[in-house]
Amino acid sequence: MADRKIAEGSFHIVGGDFSNAGEASTQLKKILQCHNISDDIVRRASIATFEAEMNVIIYTPAGMLIYEVDDEAIKVTVRDMGPGIEDIELAMQEGYSTAPEWVREMGWGAGMGLPNMKKNSDVFRIDSAPGEGTTVEMIIYTKER
Amino acid sequence: MKLADIIRDFSLHPFTSCPEDRDIRDVYVSDLLSDVMAHARENSLWITLQTHLNIIAVAAMKNMPAIVIVNGRKPDGETRQRAESEGVALLGTEATAYEVAGRLYTVLHRGG
Repeated sequence: MADRKIAEGSFHIVGGDFSNAGEASTQLKKILQCHNISDDIVRRASIATFEAEMNVIIYTPAGMLIYEVDDEAIKVTVRDMGPGIEDIELAMQEGYSTAPEWVREMGWGAGMGLPNMKKNSDVFRIDSAPGEGTTVEMIIYTKER
Repeated sequence: MKLADIIRDFSLHPFTSCPEDRDIRDVYVSDLLSDVMAHARENSLWITLQTHLNIIAVAAMKNMPAIVIVNGRKPDGETRQRAESEGVALLGTEATAYEVAGRLYTVLHRGG
């Protein structure tokens, strides 16, 4: 039997739009809070989503964040039209970053984004190839398993 | 310690209107935004030299009631406006992060 769907939707993320950074994750956070999901789960989902959103803003022209919440889990998929990641294993290493200097001066691009997403997700999948964009899928379970 | 008492005792300059008086029990010092997201505890006061818009989104995400911008740096109008609308107290000081954190540590963790 399929799990009961609680909420679903999507947000467009515009590359380079630092003014609205965090907008999608903040909206999602509010939606999750409305559905009585525990603070700790909301916190983890918010951090993972915020980081995914930042990657679209920093590295790509545009992307899309899709969320699905059912009574078991929160699933967030972030798909972008960016340049793709050459070496995913390297990109997953904490401290590794290809961010330009001006982004680092803002305090982003410290090589913590992907590791933070993975740490805060129960399931983390990344699919990317140069020239083909990147898709990140994150699942956070809302119940004890 | 009450935020209002910290503002008074540390002579912090408010960049936003008077915030709701929250009880501050913890502090986090960092200029890396992902680090703050990953490691700062909720409801902490955040000390940083960053002044741009994104600090407000990070503070709001972590339920941090206040940001202290050090070294006499000043946030722009857009950042102040966002802080106002998100209910984050944006405060400034000429002191360094070390000085502010050191004094706060003494007060909050040793009851001094």
